[in-house]
Amino acid sequence: MSKEQISGADALLRSLHEEGVELVFGYPGGAALHIYDAIFNQEHVDHILVRHEQGAVHAADGYARSSGKPGVAIVTSGPGATNAITGLATAYMDSTPIVVISGQVRTNLIGTDSFQETDMIGVSRPIVKHSFLVQKAEDIPLIVKKAFHIATTGRPGPVVIDVPKDVTDPAHTFNFEYPKEIDIRSYKPVKEGHSGQIKRAVKLLLRAKKPVIYSGGGVIQDNASSELIKLAKLLDFPVTNTLMGLGAYPGSDPKFLGMLGMHGTYEANMAMHNCDLILAVGARFDDRITNNPDKFSLGAKKIHIDIDPASLSKIIDIDVPIVGSAKECLNQINKELGVKSNKIDHEKLEPWHQQISAWKEAHGLNHHLLEKKPSGKKILPQQVIQSLYKETKGEAFITSDVGQHQMFAAQYYFFNKPRQWINSGGLGTMGFGLPSAMGVQIAFPESDVACVTGEGSIQMCIQELSTCLQYGLPIKIINLNNAALGMVKQWQDMQYGGRHSSSTYEDSLPDFVALAESYGHIGLKVKKYEDLESAMKECFAKKDKLVFLDVDVDPEEHVYPMLEAGMSMEDMHLSKEIKTWK
Amino acid sequence: MKRTVALLMENQSGALSRVVGLFSQRGYNIESLIVAPTEDPSLSRLTMTTTGDAKVIEQITKQLNKLIDVVKVLDLGESDHIERELMLVKFANASITQETIVKLDGEIVFENSELLNAQFVGSSKDLDQVVKKLEFSNPLEIVRTGASGISSNLKTLTI
Repeated sequence: MSKEQISGADALLRSLHEEGVELVFGYPGGAALHIYDAIFNQEHVDHILVRHEQGAVHAADGYARSSGKPGVAIVTSGPGATNAITGLATAYMDSTPIVVISGQVRTNLIGTDSFQETDMIGVSRPIVKHSFLVQKAEDIPLIVKKAFHIATTGRPGPVVIDVPKDVTDPAHTFNFEYPKEIDIRSYKPVKEGHSGQIKRAVKLLLRAKKPVIYSGGGVIQDNASSELIKLAKLLDFPVTNTLMGLGAYPGSDPKFLGMLGMHGTYEANMAMHNCDLILAVGARFDDRITNNPDKFSLGAKKIHIDIDPASLSKIIDIDVPIVGSAKECLNQINKELGVKSNKIDHEKLEPWHQQISAWKEAHGLNHHLLEKKPSGKKILPQQVIQSLYKETKGEAFITSDVGQHQMFAAQYYFFNKPRQWINSGGLGTMGFGLPSAMGVQIAFPESDVACVTGEGSIQMCIQELSTCLQYGLPIKIINLNNAALGMVKQWQDMQYGGRHSSSTYEDSLPDFVALAESYGHIGLKVKKYEDLESAMKECFAKKDKLVFLDVDVDPEEHVYPMLEAGMSMEDMHLSKEIKTWK
Repeated sequence: MKRTVALLMENQSGALSRVVGLFSQRGYNIESLIVAPTEDPSLSRLTMTTTGDAKVIEQITKQLNKLIDVVKVLDLGESDHIERELMLVKFANASITQETIVKLDGEIVFENSELLNAQFVGSSKDLDQVVKKLEFSNPLEIVRTGASGISSNLKTLTI
């Protein structure tokens, strides 16, 4: 590559281009102005102007989750940087590859409490995979190269590059050359699983009579869905997915148990509790899955594949821990099973499959609620998700916010492909849905993108409706409006004697139809069940417009099943009246 | 259980704060911490003593290993190792004799008409004992470095 003299700001943009970055989400400000001038002066990297830095980071995150490519956000120093923090924490908890570039005050002002100064490296430290403070312009190419390498490899995660203003000063130029290779001596993620451990795992897999495959976000991040399906089909094992893992195994497959955990299906949680073998892949046994770890699946042998050694035996003791990428390790297991195919015995699993079918029969989710004829009753939130599924033929990208609507979407929409379901699982960030949908829509302009939200969550990043107009993003916002912070209210109903402390708004909600229209979009209101499906149809018929579909749903509805805290995975509330334990 | 963990990390700004931050973030204890550049100036060696059961120590070493700035981690408690700590003590000149200090394996490193400074080197346990015995001499100030350690076998913490 020929060398040329350019500024730090230009070098930053050139480096992003070298990394294959086509667009960034951001918001300008004083310390980032040299960078923004450099954005203006080139044509490889587009810039999407959001309305709040939190939106920029969530959009970059949604872009990354849906496309598999790293997302990039640019913010200014001080409040720009602190506004990015929730987005960073969200990406960190769900291990998504994003790079956030924050402006910083000039190097000679750092530490002087100067205007719009925040110690971004310090503030973001616990919620990033790594961070860099750029000391001089000449370091920019190598730092950008390292940042993308770290963000996208191993267990992915967010990386911050904090750039003092003088480092991007156009008056200072240097010879730009982008490094081709990168070698970080302290960072060598393992890909392949230990062959001895793979053999041990296969032995257990072949011996199991009551197995479950429990897979999480790691399978999606590592594009290991086809390897997972191959393994499950080869062995005829049932599969459950975590909230982050939905779509890795086809949601409408008969061997799919649905989601597990806090609001997992009855059959998934029962299978986890009663199985004799768990094969965990790219999942981390978090507290929303295991319930009480001391009572977690006591009769099962456990195999755990994870790229992060620190995830292994962190909460649950593992019999066969395997460090490696989901894709590589599943491939290794499939290969080993191929050699031993004569030992695969589907018949011995038959009683287990029958047991699971019986559980499903007894208390499985009802996926046919639309067929239930309305009798002047309120619309059930589950019916809205089923209508959405029907109208989009199961093919839309669905983002969500956090709360009851998120759980209903996870339970009732069958996700048949990885990266189709985008939600904040780890941090549980209200306000994630709309901006992340922007990232998805920009990555996939021709696809249907729906943001399933609630009247609480949507107001946390509602300002991004303006961004959607500026860039013509035809997102469909499906607002399950129960006029309350539904999940908070549900807990208050169940655990606080129905005292609804600060979980309703006393008639202060906006008219969402008028609000959407004032932002230049279309608003639709649905109050009656008989209008639901036609409104859903109308919503998706408007191909090039953002539609805000505001649906009044039954405010009394709770999300079930629900694990009883402190107990095992088989201890569930199945409805307001029925629970599984005595 | 007290355990000593040693690590090599990049000798650059921010690296130490990531290591220390990890402990507060994840609710681990640091009993003592000692850090200095190595003969290779690009690396710092850090020794810390911490408490926790085997599972906690395993998590600590794994989490430390995950930090990008950390090059290598060694749980010294896994095998035989030597631990030594330096302690400096200040006395009013009249309150202690050279004989007492020497008896406790100490050494006078500074002395004038008013005061004297003594140094003691030993395992943290030994120094705890010395501190107890010095109580009678009314030390004005005691400074301890925290333990540093090296394994006493052929395994090395180097790159």
